[in-house]
Amino acid sequence: MKELYNLKLNPFYIHSPTLANVKTLFFDTIFFRWMYNTFFVAILSTVISLGASLLAAYAIQRLKFKTSGPTGLAIFFGYLIPPTILFIPLATIIFDLRLWDSLWSLVLTYPTFLIPFCTWLLMGYFKSIPKEMEECAMIDGASRLRVFWRIVIPLCLPGIFSAGIFAFTLSWNEFLYALAFISTTESKTVPIGLVTELVRGDVYHWGPLMTGALLASVPVALVYSFFVEHYVAGLTGALKE
Amino acid sequence: MAKVTLENVSKHFVSKGSTEVVAVKDFSLEIEDKEFVVFVGPSGCGKTTTLRMIAGLEEITQGNIYIGDRLINRVPAKDRDIAMVFQNYALYPHMTVFDNLAFSLEMRKFSKEEINQRVREAAELLEISELLNRKPKQLSGGQRQRVAVGRTIVRKPRVFLFDEPLSNLDAKLRVQMRGELKKLHERLASTIIYVTHDQVEAMTMGDRIVVMKDGLIQQVGQPLDLYFHPINKFVAGFIGSPTMNFVATQLVRSDNRLFVQADGFRLMVPEEKARHLQEYVNKEVILGIRPQDLSKASAQIEGETIPAFVEIIEPIGNEIYLDVKSGRDSLIASVDPKTKVIPHENILLQATLENLHLFDIDDEKALL
Repeated sequence: MKELYNLKLNPFYIHSPTLANVKTLFFDTIFFRWMYNTFFVAILSTVISLGASLLAAYAIQRLKFKTSGPTGLAIFFGYLIPPTILFIPLATIIFDLRLWDSLWSLVLTYPTFLIPFCTWLLMGYFKSIPKEMEECAMIDGASRLRVFWRIVIPLCLPGIFSAGIFAFTLSWNEFLYALAFISTTESKTVPIGLVTELVRGDVYHWGPLMTGALLASVPVALVYSFFVEHYVAGLTGALKE
Repeated sequence: MAKVTLENVSKHFVSKGSTEVVAVKDFSLEIEDKEFVVFVGPSGCGKTTTLRMIAGLEEITQGNIYIGDRLINRVPAKDRDIAMVFQNYALYPHMTVFDNLAFSLEMRKFSKEEINQRVREAAELLEISELLNRKPKQLSGGQRQRVAVGRTIVRKPRVFLFDEPLSNLDAKLRVQMRGELKKLHERLASTIIYVTHDQVEAMTMGDRIVVMKDGLIQQVGQPLDLYFHPINKFVAGFIGSPTMNFVATQLVRSDNRLFVQADGFRLMVPEEKARHLQEYVNKEVILGIRPQDLSKASAQIEGETIPAFVEIIEPIGNEIYLDVKSGRDSLIASVDPKTKVIPHENILLQATLENLHLFDIDDEKALL
């Protein structure tokens, strides 16, 4: 306890600023490779999840087939299953598909929690679009697919952005699956790379660790700040005529 | 342009709890080419459902619908060659007015020149040429309404469908748009089916009116025909403003004449009408009398005047509504604005006997 409150060890201010930790991170680890891996996985799984969720949410909300209500609920409950339970059966599947230690294992497994989440979010958004607008487009001569593409998607852009940002952030920060399915250093994502490579035995390399955490949060912060306007509109479901 | 025929059309919905709700029952109607037909009735009477079945937005449970000679029961909405204006206009908020108007033509793969020409023609006709580059949210209610109408006329469809298009406008604009839509109908010479719950709109715009209640057609006819010859108590009460007065009475014979005897008055049934009512003598009937058929009388005339106590006076400008009480019954009289009346006064009201309506107490059908 005394050590914790020792201001010489834990000062309130930066007394000798240094870029040494950045240097260590950049040149002694393969941080950029991890960043690339994380981008690759996050972008691909976000795109796949958005594509699937858009179709699923629209079908559940608008096509009104007999089991649309229960399907919506089932997807929601799917989201509630904790990854700690899911990763064991998923590991078997990944093994069978020979995707062990490959980034594709993450691209494949992340949608298991992203799709339910995005579908649920987009369902609420689709609900806010007046049905008449779609009916009008159909009378105007558009097929269901065209209505979806020309009317629904443009009107839902704020909602799609929100879902996309959430999905991207969730994949970017994901820890458990990445830890379980990836073992070689070159294939790791940032969260796993930092923790496994910069904590050696019981020695925590706090400087590079913190630098890595800071730099890894930059893309997410940028994504948020670029789309903040759409993001807020998406969360409030604001469709104004 | 085309005629529209509905043959025994019914629509059943399965609501929550699996109970079947019948929204439209056995609806048969022939709408002539270039005719302006109005479906009118209270909320939930099935008028919008019928329109949506014609549009192809609802499946038909039973019966047939034809546009021209073509059976369209299974034809998708996009291939029916109809256009529809929705209650909330349903403009595409992410497109400019021009794109809104051009959308249906684009879907039908018209050439760019043709689209341009048709959109500009429609915009000129509706006086919205200067709004073509704006987005719907930059338009007022009236302008949006015009764009919604414009969107239907660019395509020159065979049938126009209007679903309560004026109900979101303020009262003054509604009157103006009513006139404009009527003029538009004359200019386009097109078949129009128009749904409203507002009987004034129905009366002023329709060549023919279809009055509906609980999914059933009550009466089809020209506006004044419905006003003067309602087929039942519902139509009599629905058409006309203020609504018709209904009083429970008994039909009695006295001095060889027939009278309707209410609690506080009795009125004589004109000779030519009395002939058809012999079987109802000494039976209860419902008397219907329009507020416009009551005026202030200067002297009592047996069988023609109603003694009444004035409760409230509502001056409208071109007429005065008097809320009066006669015996147990409350009545409304619409009298000349120059009539001198003060509240809480006892007056005499003169009834126009040839305009009396009588209805059966059980099935509420008109007896006269």
